[in-house]
Amino acid sequence: MSDTGIGKSVKRREDLRFITGRGRYTDDVNRPNQVYAVFLRSPYPRARIVSIDASGADEVAGVIGVFTGKDLSADKIGDLPCGWMVKSKDGSDMKIAPHPPLAVEVVNYVGEPYGIVVAESLAAARDGAEVVATEFEELTPTVSVANATAGAQLHTNVPDNVCYLWELGDADATNAAFAAAAHVTKLTFSNNRLIPNAMEPRAAVASFDAATEEFTLVTTSQNPHLERLILSAFVQLAPEHKLRVIAPDVGGGFGSKIFVYAEETAVAWAARRVGRPVKWTADRSESFLADAHGRDHLTTAELALDGDGLFQGLRVRTRANLGAYLSTFASSVPTYLYGTLLAGQYRTPAIHVEVEGVYTNTAPVDAYRGAGRPEATYVVERLVETAARELKVDPAALRRRNFIAPDQFPYQTPVALEYDTGNYEASLAAALEKSDYANFAARKAASEQRGKRRGIGFSCYIEACGLAPSQLAIQLGAGVGLYESGEVRVNPTGNVTVFTGSHSHGQGHETTFAQVVSDKLGIPFENVEVVHGDTGRVEFGLGTYGSRSIAVGGSALVKATDKIIAKGKRIAAHMMDTNADSVDFSDGEFAARDSNQKLTFGEVAFAAYVPSNYPSSEEPGLSEKAFYDPKNFTFPAGTHIAEVEIDPETGVVDVVNFVAVDDFGRVINPMIVEGQVHGGIAQGIGQALLEHGIYDDGGQLITGSYMDYCMPRADDLPSFDVDMTVTPCTHNPLGVKGCGEAGAIGAPAAIMNAVTDALGVVDLPMPATPERVWRAARG
Amino acid sequence: MKVSLTVNGRRHDVDVAPNTLLVDVLRGRLGLTGTHVGCDTSQCGACTVHLDGRSVKSCTVLAAQVDGAAVTTIEGIGSPDALHPMQAAFRDCHALQCGFCTPGMIMSAIDLVQNVENLDERKVREGLEGNLCRCTGYHNIVKAVLNAAESM
Amino acid sequence: MYSFEYHRPESIAQATALRAEAEDAIYLAGGQTLIPTLKQRLAAPSDVIDLSRVPGLAGIELKSDCVVIGAMTRHAEVAASAEVARAIPALAFLAGEIGDAQVRNRGTLGGSVANSDPSADYPAAVIGLGATIVTDRRRIAADDFFHDLFETALEAGELLTAIEFPIAKRAAYCKFPNPASRYAVVGVFAADFGGKVRVGVTGAGPCAFRATAIEAALGKKLDAKSVDAVEIEYDRFNSDLHASAEYRANLVRVMAKRAVEKLLTA
Ligand SMILES: Cc1cc2nc3c(=O)[nH]c(=O)nc-3n(C[C@H](O)[C@H](O)[C@H](O)COP(=O)(O)OP(=O)(O)OC[C@H]3O[C@@H](n4cnc5c(N)ncnc54)[C@H](O)[C@@H]3O)c2cc1C
Ligand code: FES
Ligand code: FES
Repeated sequence: MSDTGIGKSVKRREDLRFITGRGRYTDDVNRPNQVYAVFLRSPYPRARIVSIDASGADEVAGVIGVFTGKDLSADKIGDLPCGWMVKSKDGSDMKIAPHPPLAVEVVNYVGEPYGIVVAESLAAARDGAEVVATEFEELTPTVSVANATAGAQLHTNVPDNVCYLWELGDADATNAAFAAAAHVTKLTFSNNRLIPNAMEPRAAVASFDAATEEFTLVTTSQNPHLERLILSAFVQLAPEHKLRVIAPDVGGGFGSKIFVYAEETAVAWAARRVGRPVKWTADRSESFLADAHGRDHLTTAELALDGDGLFQGLRVRTRANLGAYLSTFASSVPTYLYGTLLAGQYRTPAIHVEVEGVYTNTAPVDAYRGAGRPEATYVVERLVETAARELKVDPAALRRRNFIAPDQFPYQTPVALEYDTGNYEASLAAALEKSDYANFAARKAASEQRGKRRGIGFSCYIEACGLAPSQLAIQLGAGVGLYESGEVRVNPTGNVTVFTGSHSHGQGHETTFAQVVSDKLGIPFENVEVVHGDTGRVEFGLGTYGSRSIAVGGSALVKATDKIIAKGKRIAAHMMDTNADSVDFSDGEFAARDSNQKLTFGEVAFAAYVPSNYPSSEEPGLSEKAFYDPKNFTFPAGTHIAEVEIDPETGVVDVVNFVAVDDFGRVINPMIVEGQVHGGIAQGIGQALLEHGIYDDGGQLITGSYMDYCMPRADDLPSFDVDMTVTPCTHNPLGVKGCGEAGAIGAPAAIMNAVTDALGVVDLPMPATPERVWRAARG
Repeated sequence: MKVSLTVNGRRHDVDVAPNTLLVDVLRGRLGLTGTHVGCDTSQCGACTVHLDGRSVKSCTVLAAQVDGAAVTTIEGIGSPDALHPMQAAFRDCHALQCGFCTPGMIMSAIDLVQNVENLDERKVREGLEGNLCRCTGYHNIVKAVLNAAESM
Repeated sequence: MYSFEYHRPESIAQATALRAEAEDAIYLAGGQTLIPTLKQRLAAPSDVIDLSRVPGLAGIELKSDCVVIGAMTRHAEVAASAEVARAIPALAFLAGEIGDAQVRNRGTLGGSVANSDPSADYPAAVIGLGATIVTDRRRIAADDFFHDLFETALEAGELLTAIEFPIAKRAAYCKFPNPASRYAVVGVFAADFGGKVRVGVTGAGPCAFRATAIEAALGKKLDAKSVDAVEIEYDRFNSDLHASAEYRANLVRVMAKRAVEKLLTA
């Protein structure tokens, strides 16, 4: 087997450009004659726009124009849509608040854009923006999620600010389980609001060619085709064939760059309006205010157990903050990506979840790494850990007793999903071993000797990845299918250009996808180039999120590669005077089974483009496309164990050990997969200990910079102890499951279980800041 | 005003407004877009370059202040076929994902290795306090810096 | 950033003259506070006077009873200085705790002290060691220097040129950093001058101050336990999303105790 094939830790080819400063991110793109945009943003959480007087700005040298929501609507620019229809339990549609890209009458969160200033220089645009005189009439805001339904109503079509009241599962069966329970564990907690903070701020450079009426939008997107689709079909910016969206190197996304935002919409519109390329790059301060945030749930959850400690029922009531408007996938995150995961790794027979999605005068909330699944894991794993403590059983033992056993797959959960495969006991056992659980008591005692408190916490998470079987997704309300497309184009000289609808913004697709294709075709890794992120080059795609790239995008490439091999066999058969069924393909060679003739992949490729000795039934050329629609979700799962030591005098939590044993099915590039896990864990620890997006009662974001929003730094974290177990996915050709979010999903519960263990308290809100921990430690 | 500075060994004379930041000269005037901007409060370190051999945040230095000084950016420390040991270590250890923090991280790491003795994991973690990475969880970055320290 | 005129004087006299002449001028030292402020458009000086080429403002001099550090001396130089490490290791340690490496390579002692950020580190040492602030026109005792949030005894245009730090018998600094910004939520600098103990506290109040009650207790017995009995009043302490006043009071106690322990084992 080659050292670049599937399963090898091949060094990333994209690295060379990044480590030498030759990456090309959106802000690195400049167009001749370009102008600069700055947005006018609301200083208030809720206000009526009485008037906008831009005369001052017009006098600033270099200012080209100030445009507002009215200008966009005069040009028939439509609302920013939400792509997932969620229905309330009474069958009614969710209530969609109108969401113009630039607010027209009312602004609904601090930082909401309501105008765009275009100028010759960034400084002039800033100067211009500063002197635009906007008169606002302040309205009472509804800020906190707890008071959302009682507060002032944001949108006239949304009574009580309730977007939907959604449910999943069997309420009666669940109630019955609770009635019969020997023990009930109940917790009420929040899942803290997070601000994604990809290190590259969002940006857009748009140009419009008046001659061809074509737009080119270079932007920081995780899914350029979806961006194009939405900007065409819904926002009506331009017809799809007149709009090219390019997402070049993108500096991290974590969900926040899935969505179609006001800024790139307005920038593209403005490029046509002023007849010059327009560039906008967010300041970090703008990112804080106007990127979609994540999480922000309030939940009451109960677990019913029988006398043997077997889980009998789970009842969950969640209020999810959606922010002021529905961002692109906002509605699906606290519903289908959350409620469906509440079975966890367990056989709990009856589950019922009710989610109330509410609007508040805060930035829109949407998918952030894990999206719904960290929240679900937090509910399940905090409950299970707490139940174990209440019942005084070992938390690992209680979990074991309730695990779905390897021979029970495929396993239908009471919350819609059918898990195809898994081996939860295996990852738990490996994690226990690695964390030296057996000697924890001794370590705890040693800590106590030094005046410290030590705790250990588990999190046995599961996630549903590889979004998604299209029919199922559409049935559940998705506005698009969730297949992926790929194309394998063999060039006449035998090297290969691969086009994928997935998008890499750190995941390393240029390497892993090349590994897959070169491995399948038996050609050198160097001979495969991967192209992504450009609607002008890649036929279609749905992009990268939900840990779907390898499972869906990779599978599409396998399908296309299989077609290449099939056609290659037919061509080779003709050339070797046999029939295709008698041709074997392996290690880059077509071999006739009935003779000793062989042809290399390159020879067949060449023949396809210089078809002299060529089957008359075949078209020339060797290029194949495929769409892959997954048959099911994939179900990565694993066990994370955190060990913390707390300084009770200051409340500082030191993460002294973090073990993650994950089952991602087959792994294409272990080095990259481990890197994904590390990054996810860091974000999970960030959520548990450091990060919190806070609005004050007046609706101002008070964690609006790195001065106050606490990003995990190198010295906040330990090195992680990461390992894997493997049960291959049963329904995709690579046996892969996806790994991008696991860390962020598993870590928060593990950390909080450890912190509460150390402190001997039932619960503590995330993030467990020093002051909170200090107070808890004082009792 | 006129500012003359040496960047990656080459002298440049630029005419800038007094309120121009070094990072804007590097990115905007000299086309050295390897130096990134990740924040507006001087905290992320994505813009880190060497000024007369020491790491600084080029978003927090005026171009005027570097008149007569020598600046080294990520583009100046190595090339794809002649990587600086730190660059090589970052690649070998998979110390980057999206690559956005990477140039600043590498510049900080080089300063750290050159100026802190007896580096160990703790010192590397503390030494990289001024550089945020959202992708890697720092695990492999720490590994890379310790590896590079061996070979530098 | 708003536009301004930039000047690079080559003497103290030139610097102060420029400052006096301009409509609304400001000194620029390391720029690690000023430039972020300008970038946020929170200040709009007419003129910026860069002190970096003024001779004699940077440098460290070890005298018999004190260490004199020039205003333009960068944090990194103090942290790495063999003289400071020999005379007042706690001061070198403190300098190494400021911000991050890049900030320390630019930021200066004078800028930090002149700025009097409530959560800056140096002011704790200035107070704790009872330093003398030297300006272009006078000498100011530490106890008279810090007035309030970002307010000091410096008059308009007064240029801080150096600070004289008396050499204590032993000293120690303990900082509780803000998890997000890394500035001090609380920092305590304790110095033992052979019987007389000084304790400077930063982060807790509007500006750095002497913890006289703790000093008194330590004066009686120089032992971490002495701090336990001290009542720490926190009515006027800062309270923000990272730390309530009450929690800050706890941190003052804990950091003070740890500083004393460290000092005793130094
Ligand atoms: C990311 C980051 C983290 C930081 N963390 C910390 C920290 O943990 N602890 C900490 O203490 N500080 C911290 N700082 C602040 C840093 O130490 C600054 O360097 C310092 O506060 C100001 O020094 P400066 O030389 O940069 O001054 P400048 O920014 O140049 O000036 C600051 C102010 O002082 C005035 N001034 C400067 N020099 C003189 C002088 N000689 N005479 C009179 N007035 C003068 C200026 O006019 C200006 O008003 C941090 C800064 C950043 C950007
Ligand atoms: S850009 Fe963030 S510190 Fe310079
Ligand atoms: S690699 Fe993406 S921020 Fe560090």
